[in-house]
Parts: sequence; C-alpha cells; structure tokens
Amino acid sequence: MSTKIDLFLNVFIDKGGYLKVLEGLRNTLVIAVLGLLIGVVIGTLIATVRVVPKYKRLPRVLNGFATFYVGFFRGTPMVVQLLLFYYVLLPILGVRLSGVTVSIWVFGLNSGAYISEIMRGGIQSVDPGQMEAGRAVGLSFATTMRMIVIPQAVKNILPTMGNEFIALIKETSVVSFVGASDLYVAFNYIGSNTYEFMVPYIVMAVIYIVMVVMITILIRLMERRFARSDR
Amino acid sequence: MEELLRVEGLQKSFGKKQVLNGIDLTVYRGDIVCVIGPSGSGKSTFLRCLNCMEDPTGGKIWFDGEDLADMSVDINRHRQNMGMVFQHFNLFNNKTVLENIMLAPVYTRLHPPKGQPKPSRAQVKEEAREEALALLKRIGLEEKADVYPSTLSGGQKQRVAIVRALAMKPKLLLFDEPTSALDPEMVGEVLDLMRDLAKSITMIVVTHEMGFAREVSNRMLFIDEGRILEEGEPEEFFGNPKHPRLKDFLSKVL
Ligand SMILES: Nc1ncnc2c1ncn2[C@@H]1O[C@H](COP(=O)(O)OP(=O)(O)OP(=O)(O)O)[C@@H](O)[C@H]1O
Ligand SMILES: [Mg+2]
Repeated sequence: MSTKIDLFLNVFIDKGGYLKVLEGLRNTLVIAVLGLLIGVVIGTLIATVRVVPKYKRLPRVLNGFATFYVGFFRGTPMVVQLLLFYYVLLPILGVRLSGVTVSIWVFGLNSGAYISEIMRGGIQSVDPGQMEAGRAVGLSFATTMRMIVIPQAVKNILPTMGNEFIALIKETSVVSFVGASDLYVAFNYIGSNTYEFMVPYIVMAVIYIVMVVMITILIRLMERRFARSDR
Repeated sequence: MEELLRVEGLQKSFGKKQVLNGIDLTVYRGDIVCVIGPSGSGKSTFLRCLNCMEDPTGGKIWFDGEDLADMSVDINRHRQNMGMVFQHFNLFNNKTVLENIMLAPVYTRLHPPKGQPKPSRAQVKEEAREEALALLKRIGLEEKADVYPSTLSGGQKQRVAIVRALAMKPKLLLFDEPTSALDPEMVGEVLDLMRDLAKSITMIVVTHEMGFAREVSNRMLFIDEGRILEEGEPEEFFGNPKHPRLKDFLSKVL
C-alpha cells in the first residue's frame, strides 16, 4: 500500500498531477455553481408560468412550452443532453464552445427543469393570503410574486435546493463526455501514469465527500439565517 | 354627498353556481356600511368583487369614474385607493412590521404612471418610513417596528394589517370579518381602532359584531342568497326589521 501511495504522491506532486486536480475541481465547482444559478433563474420563471392564472392566451402558450421543456430535460439522461448539445446542436448552429461552457449551459437547463418543480411546490406551499394581500394593496401579480411569494417559497425549499446542488456536483462526473476536464479526468490521468488506480480513486471519492459535507454545512447556516422571520 | 362607489346589478358565479344575484349599492364619502348575513350568503364574495379579487361575472362597479368590472381597467391603480383588511390578517411573513406598512407606498411611489417624474429613492423611503412610524405610533406598536409578524398576537397583527391598508391613503376600506379569527380578548382593541377610523374614512365592513355594527354604521345591509334583502339605518334595521329572513337571522344572533 505504501508504494502505491508513493507512486500516487510522485505523480500528484512532482509531476504536477495536483494542477490537473485543481483544474478539475475548479471545473466541477464552476459547472455546478453556474449551472445551479442558471437553473434557479429558469426554474423560477417556469414555476411562475405554471402558477399564473390561465385565462389569458399568453400564459397558456407559455405553460405548454414549460410542460414540453420540463418533460424533455427530466425525460432524458444528462449525458444524452450533453452529447446532443455538443455534437448535434452546436454543429447545426455552427457555434464552437468549450466543453466546460456547454456543460454549464446543459447543467443549467437541466437543473432548471428540476428546480421548476421544486419551486412550484415551494410557491404552492405559501399561504394564498400572501398573494391576496399583495394584490389588495395594488401590487401586480409579478411584483407580489417577486417581493413576497418567491422569497417565502425559497425559504421553504432551501433544503431541497441543497440536495439539488449536491446532485449537480456529483453529476459533473459526466462532463468528460464532451471533453471538459473534471475530477474524474484528473485522477484518471494520475492513474494511467502509474498504472495504479486504487489511491487516486480513493482520493477522488474523499474530495467529493468533503465537498458535499461542506455544502451541507453551508446550507444549514443559510437556513438558520432565513429562519429569522419565524421567531 | 359625494358618491364614492356605485354598484349596479353585480353578479358572480363560480361555474354553474350563482353566488351573487344582482346587487345594487351606492356608497357616499363618509359612509360606514356594515354587511351582515348568514354563512355562505355571499358576503365575502361581494366584498371581494368590489376590488376584483374575484372577477364579477356581471354588472358594473363605478369607482373613480371607471367601471372596475371592465377587465381592461388598470385594477392595480384602483386597488391603491381601495384598501382591504382580511379575516386572517395576511401580513407579509417575510417582512418586518415596518416593512409591511412601507412596502406598497414605497413601491408605488417609485413606479409612478408613465410620464410622471420619478422621485428619488432615498427620499421616498424616508417619507414612507416616517409615515409608517406615525401609523405604528397611532396604534401604540412603535416598539414592534422591526420584528416579524409571527411574533405578534392576533390583535396586534390585525391592527398592523389595518394601518398597512391605511398607509396607501385609500378612499375606501373594505373589511371582511376582521375580528372573527381573533381570541375574544383581542376583539376589543381591533374594534376600537376601527371605531376611531370610522370618523375619517369610508368603510364597508362585513361583520358578525352586531353591537359594533349598530353603533358605528350609518347604513346596514342584510345579504342572503346573493341578494340584498334589507337595507337601512341601524336604528330601524335592528329595531324594526321588515324582511322575515332578517327577523329570523337577528333573533338567532342577538
Ligand atoms: N372560489 C370559489 N369557488 C367556488 N365557490 C365559491 C368560491 N368562493 C365562494 N364560493 C361559494 O360561494 C358561496 C358564498 O361564499 P362566501 O364566502 O361569499 O359567503 P359568506 O357570506 O362570506 O360566508 P361566511 O359568513 O361563512 O364567511 C358559498 O356557497 C361558497 O361555497
Ligand atoms: Mg365570508
């Protein structure tokens, strides 16, 4: 075992393997964080479309689109979406983007679909009296949504959003399919340099666990901050 | 007498169920109209149609020279002039007491109708803050300015909800059973505030508090099955009711 560790450390430190790991770590975090942000924006918009009263035409059309969107992104695996974007959509559009950029967008679009469902549940869990009170003082539906309902919905769904973020972090392990280097690519590089995969993969697992634990703690802290208005 | 609100043949149905069957009512500035009637008779629906929280399915609601039942009017602007107080208070849970009161005045002043000059943010906030603090002082809750609604008692919540509506300086205030969700010992403080307000603002109050209605209103309405069955000054209305349904109702509640 100790020779295995020596081999690993040799490549990790002396041959600059740690640089690859850092790059992978950065990519993993960048894809997950930006993906989540895009997802929150898209998810909130879609959730709003879903709860808007439907007696006008525009909301109905938007709702139809939202149903299709959510159906597509929840109905296909992330890898398939990445491949479709990178190898089908981009060539058709004639656009060149890096694997990381594509991953950020696909993760954002994908998590937008999941977050819209979470957010819809969150919005529906807010007392309808809150919307009524906002409308009764003359605020528009959109303004009341933004200032009153969504902040309360977000508070309700914070734990679930934390799970979504953790899921995103873990799922970044598929971005190597479109040529983005993440933690898997980094540790695979170290492993193939030494023909020894045991230590690299254990370290990789530990890094993932540490990230997830840290995020879990962060979410606890945020929840506590949000809980002020319950006192 | 200046006419504030005129309701003509107001109808409302939910699907096939007709809840309001043609209601006519004119409200003048300074009126205190109290509405009573059995449960399910359409009192809340009537009140909620007035500011289009429910869209009327027939009739007209004249307010500020426009028909609110016409879906093309800017209802948000009219609601700023027609406050509403709910049975369950509905204070904004994510805002402090002071923010609850300031929110709508600040927002609407920062978003004036097109063409009007936009005032400075700091100035609007400062003004709204001072007005809100003055309102809180009026109800003796200045020290609660920075707490969240969940820490207030029911009576305190409802009094804050009332001054939140007042902060918009409305011409008309609508109350839907403002004391029915309160513990009995808190009803008094809310009625006292309303009694005080009645001197300076026009109100329509749906209530089960017969004593309050009799003392404060200048006009009583009895609604049953979506119709106004009797209307009159409180002395006559309570002392000498004409309609058998009202007689029956009063004999049960008094
Ligand atoms: N959103 C709705 N959808 C369907 N039916 C409704 C709706 N709101 C009210 N109703 C029906 O309309 C009728 C009148 O209801 P409303 O709440 O106006 O009565 P109310 O006089 O306020 O009664 P209460 O004294 O119990 O508050 C009831 O039969 C009620 O079931
Ligand atoms: Mg009612």
